Amino acid sequence: MAVVESAPPRGEYAVELAGITKRFPGVVANSDISLQVRRGEVHALCGENGAGKSTLMKILYGMQQPDEGTISVDGEVVHFRSPADAIKAGIGMVHQHFMLADNLTVTENVLLGAEALYGMGAAARVRIAQLAATVGLQVAPDLLVERLGVADRQRVEILKVLYRGARTVILDEPTAVLVPQEVDELFATLRSMRDDGFTFVFISHKLDEVLSIADRVTVIRRGTCVGSADPRTVTSRELAEMMVGSELPSPETRESTVTDRVVLRVTGLTLEAEGGGRPVLDGVDLVVRAGEVLGIAGVEGNGQTELVETIMGMRRASAGTVELAGTDITRAHTLQRREAGIGYVPEDRTRHGLLATQPLWVNRILGHQSRKPVASGGPLGVLDRAAARRDTERIVREFDVRTPGVDVPAAALSGGNQQKLVVGRELSGNPVLLIAAHPTRGVDVGAQAGIWDVLRRARADGLAVLLVSADLDELIGLSDTIKVMLRGRLVADADPATVTPEELGAAMTGADAGGSAGAPGVEPGPTNTGKEPA
Amino acid sequence: MTRIRTVLLPPALAILFAALLCAVALLISGDSPLTALRVMVTQVGEGTTAVDIVNSAAIYYVAGLAVAIGFQMKLFNIGIEGQFRLAACVAAIVGGALTLPPVVHTVVIIIVGAAVGALWASVPAVLKAYRGVHEVIASIMMNFIATGLIAYLISTDAFGVLRGNNISTDPIDPTGHFPGISFGGAGTIFGFVFVAAALGLAYGFMLNRTRFGFELKASGESPTAAAAGGVDARRMVLVALLLSGAMAGLVGLAELLGRDHAYTLTSPQGYGFTGIAVALLGRNHPVGIALGALLWAFLDKSALALDNVGVPREIVLIMQGSVVLSVIVAYEIVRRYELAAEQRRVAAQLRASAGSEPAEVGS
Amino acid sequence: MTTLEKAPPVPTTRNGRRMPGWARAALVVAIGVGILAITTTLTGQYQLTSSGTTQAAVRLLLPILFAALGGLWSERSGIINIGLEGMMILGTWGAAWAGFLWGPWAAVVGGLVFGALGGVLHAIATVTFGVNHIVSGVAITLLGMGITQYLATLIFLPISRNPRQSPRIEGFETFSIQPLADWLAALEGEQRVLLSDAAGLLGGLVSGLTPLVVIGFALVPVSYYVLWRTRFGLRLRSCGENPVAAESLGVKVFTHKYIAVIVSGGLAGLGGAALTLNPGQLGYLEGQTGGRGYIGLAAMIFGNWRPGGLLAGSALFGYVDGVQLRAGGEAVHALLYATTILAVIVAVFWALRRHWRPAVIALVAGAVVYAVYWAIPEVPREFASYAPQLVTLLVLAVASQRLRPPAAIGLEYRRGEGD
Repeated sequence: MAVVESAPPRGEYAVELAGITKRFPGVVANSDISLQVRRGEVHALCGENGAGKSTLMKILYGMQQPDEGTISVDGEVVHFRSPADAIKAGIGMVHQHFMLADNLTVTENVLLGAEALYGMGAAARVRIAQLAATVGLQVAPDLLVERLGVADRQRVEILKVLYRGARTVILDEPTAVLVPQEVDELFATLRSMRDDGFTFVFISHKLDEVLSIADRVTVIRRGTCVGSADPRTVTSRELAEMMVGSELPSPETRESTVTDRVVLRVTGLTLEAEGGGRPVLDGVDLVVRAGEVLGIAGVEGNGQTELVETIMGMRRASAGTVELAGTDITRAHTLQRREAGIGYVPEDRTRHGLLATQPLWVNRILGHQSRKPVASGGPLGVLDRAAARRDTERIVREFDVRTPGVDVPAAALSGGNQQKLVVGRELSGNPVLLIAAHPTRGVDVGAQAGIWDVLRRARADGLAVLLVSADLDELIGLSDTIKVMLRGRLVADADPATVTPEELGAAMTGADAGGSAGAPGVEPGPTNTGKEPA
Repeated sequence: MTRIRTVLLPPALAILFAALLCAVALLISGDSPLTALRVMVTQVGEGTTAVDIVNSAAIYYVAGLAVAIGFQMKLFNIGIEGQFRLAACVAAIVGGALTLPPVVHTVVIIIVGAAVGALWASVPAVLKAYRGVHEVIASIMMNFIATGLIAYLISTDAFGVLRGNNISTDPIDPTGHFPGISFGGAGTIFGFVFVAAALGLAYGFMLNRTRFGFELKASGESPTAAAAGGVDARRMVLVALLLSGAMAGLVGLAELLGRDHAYTLTSPQGYGFTGIAVALLGRNHPVGIALGALLWAFLDKSALALDNVGVPREIVLIMQGSVVLSVIVAYEIVRRYELAAEQRRVAAQLRASAGSEPAEVGS
Repeated sequence: MTTLEKAPPVPTTRNGRRMPGWARAALVVAIGVGILAITTTLTGQYQLTSSGTTQAAVRLLLPILFAALGGLWSERSGIINIGLEGMMILGTWGAAWAGFLWGPWAAVVGGLVFGALGGVLHAIATVTFGVNHIVSGVAITLLGMGITQYLATLIFLPISRNPRQSPRIEGFETFSIQPLADWLAALEGEQRVLLSDAAGLLGGLVSGLTPLVVIGFALVPVSYYVLWRTRFGLRLRSCGENPVAAESLGVKVFTHKYIAVIVSGGLAGLGGAALTLNPGQLGYLEGQTGGRGYIGLAAMIFGNWRPGGLLAGSALFGYVDGVQLRAGGEAVHALLYATTILAVIVAVFWALRRHWRPAVIALVAGAVVYAVYWAIPEVPREFASYAPQLVTLLVLAVASQRLRPPAAIGLEYRRGEGD
């Protein structure tokens, strides 16, 4: 199917960014970045979280305007004032967080903003059907998007971009939400589309994927362009060093500190889905001991979030029990669980961890409002504001939170420093169990190393840690035991000493659920969930 | 410095803007804004005006506090109107029926008022907490139903007595009155003014010094973060709305216990909506609400004085409406500006302290 | 393929059995008429289904319908509009003023324009400045009352000698759809069970009409067509569902929200015009909206943010109001009887589907209503007027979890927020 309208080849580059600089209040997100993307290539843009990739792509897609620098498309300088301008120039973007309206149908989502192209009637439907075949989308076009799975949603996103006649497609971390098999299918689609003449800008920090799909790699670090590389000659080690600067931080945990004292015991935990159907959590059993880090691996959306929130008491379990140090807390409120000694680093700190406009010391109170030192007790529940400030200052010192003081609002801090504050708060008040969900997501490299260090020290001090992460290297490096979660169940155990990320990935997709795959580090079946950790 | 700028600048600008708007309206209609201003200022010293302003402000203040309790957690108790009217009506009926010693009688009436207010607020509270019904729509419906219920309660079929052209409940015995402080010809200040002040102090203490106040604010700022921090959202909705309703139940008592001593067909209405305006003006701050209430009462009284010199009194309504609208816009602008400035300031300070280290990079 | 397996199961069974929308609506109407016919026959309250009642109901529902449509437009774009009441008040004045000067059609335009001005204010506050929608709505209602009363004093006082009232304005000629109206009237007169009831109900819909009634009813399908079948409507709804996504697709979110809120204000203003042009009370009267803006919003929520649903909600308000006005407490009392029948039907409906809990709840509710019917001889006049509000509360309490408001409603949106 000829999808590309004959593009007049003028100039060597499909897209060229020159000297792009973008400043936000207090930060320089992009500093003099140049990027050249040839026509018909997959050009990977690499960099750590927060390196400035997303900002650069938003500039290319017209969502933000650069303070300095120029954008050229097909050799001509263009000025994008809005995404509409970028779309007109043949540039489309598939965002990391899908830009779909759940309550609209697939067709409506595709048509939105592009109604003028083929109208809203039969012609448009025919066109959508054609493109659906190109991107391998096999669902009814009148289905509401809220009923689609992640991979299908992504295909709808790509379909949207093609429908608008894009010749250059920006893919922002497209594999973050996919399982490896889906990644392979996506790459196959991308390759065939590249052969049809499409150009891709592929944003990722997963080096093996970059090396497998890209024709050219550009690396960004701390808002500046470090350089370009040819994936056929560069090694992933070299790429990683370009990204990080010099030495790679390693999440590795040294010797085992696991004791036999059970801190958290979850038995048969089940959570029914809100609208009926397959339960979100289905008979989950797990045990975390003092001094142990139990890692939960899994593709996002397989129940990890719900598991954590059910253990925290933010969701009410339909069946099963949760015991903390021998006490049944299944019916306890979230605050009672916290008082019993659970610290909780939520996966989305801005939504669940912080009160953005409140000063740091007020944020220190959250979750501790009933306990010393911030509460001075009494029937009125009077708070001790001086103690809260003092203790916040302690956290700032001990956890290296970079802030001018404890009176600034939490929103004024960078992501990494916010996270250090949350971790520091959750380790206050002598918890016996720490639940950490994606503790280093969206933080800079320095803060990441710091947080890993804190977790390691806490473990050495005898804390039990339940670690949920999408970063397999982090999981393997920090955990004493790894359990794999799939469709609401713990389906396999893995020994972090021997398992590779690839094997874990296979287990996460259920590829070896039938027992056929040869993944030596992964033991299938929930039968051994109660066993001693290896 | 910045604190003063953020807190006082927006309302000052908003009042100035509203005043200008009204001046233009007056000029168009052929009246002199300067005359209007002079009359508004001089009226304060005349007759009972000053005392009336304080009395009205106290009523508005309690209504504002009732609204603010909900606003703190972004709950909009639009039902203050119905809650306060029904509470005043039932309190008058109960107070008129009882014979009790002084003080006890008054206290019982006050308790009945608070309880009825809370009871009427409990319907939207329960619907919100357990059925997810938006409190605005539920409490508006409750306002309508309260109007019907009051009309029934004070009808001659139920507890009403016909007096001349007016229907009224049985008057409350003097034992149930709340004595005021007389200034002779300058009028009498309701004793309830001091209750209002005490309620303001209690509100301020609750908000800033107690766990409940913290949980209230946290729920308003981010319900998700509050839930993760162990705040029971359902309980907060119930407690906040009931507390707001109980406070609303006290709104009508200043006049009932200090002046009217009975509930009639013509008993005042609209304090609920005034309370919303006053809480918005004062940004839910105990002192701010007090200033807002005084401003509102001052404008209300100005209407009479303006009428006397032939300036349309309705200009005051425009003034009030435009002050509220411009003050909320002004607060919002300043809030955004301040947050951005704070972020810049923090980044700049960190850069300065970190010396050569490059700035943190956002994405 | 894995992708297909991962997708949640599509409820084909439910979709397969589902009736088309018009058939369901027809069924609901038929059941309603049936219940009323039975009630009329058994209680002897012939006013329940008389054409006079329906006619009154239509006049009473019209302002509510306009306000509800206004709510629909605004809320589908993601802006809560509790300022409908204020915009409606502005509309009453605008309609009276323009109507006094230039006649009824000018009144319609005047109401529209003044309401839309209120919409502009709400849009500036909520869309441009990101003020909380409810706060802005309340403020606009306050301001709307103030401006209206000021203008009424300024303009109407010299003419009508009353600052609270405009001089009487010229209204529309009423008309009936002939020969249908006469034929239905004849049929109603024959007093035949069911047939005469249906004729009475329908007869009120085709007689005593004004152009504004026709406009109001026409705007329901027109709103549906514009919002669900055109490019503009798709874009407008996308702003209420996911504005970040919409912006990323080149939709001008601010523009669409502005248009939606201004149209919303205009519709509310038409509601005001409908009050001013009400044949029974031609002209502006202070406080004449009586909270109908809020009721319109409730009717829209009752109707699940859909045009057909809000029509049903408005009709409920209008009908109960009409019965109460025309026939008083005794007729409203008879409606309790109708409610009992409805509860039994609902119980049977759920029982047939083997959902026992709702069936039992409906049955118990029916029993309670019937007990009330038995216990009191007539509903006190003071309550009868507020029956629709009570019904709304009950419906929200029972059905709120099935309602589907736009996903991004009430949220502040700022340009370039996509992340």
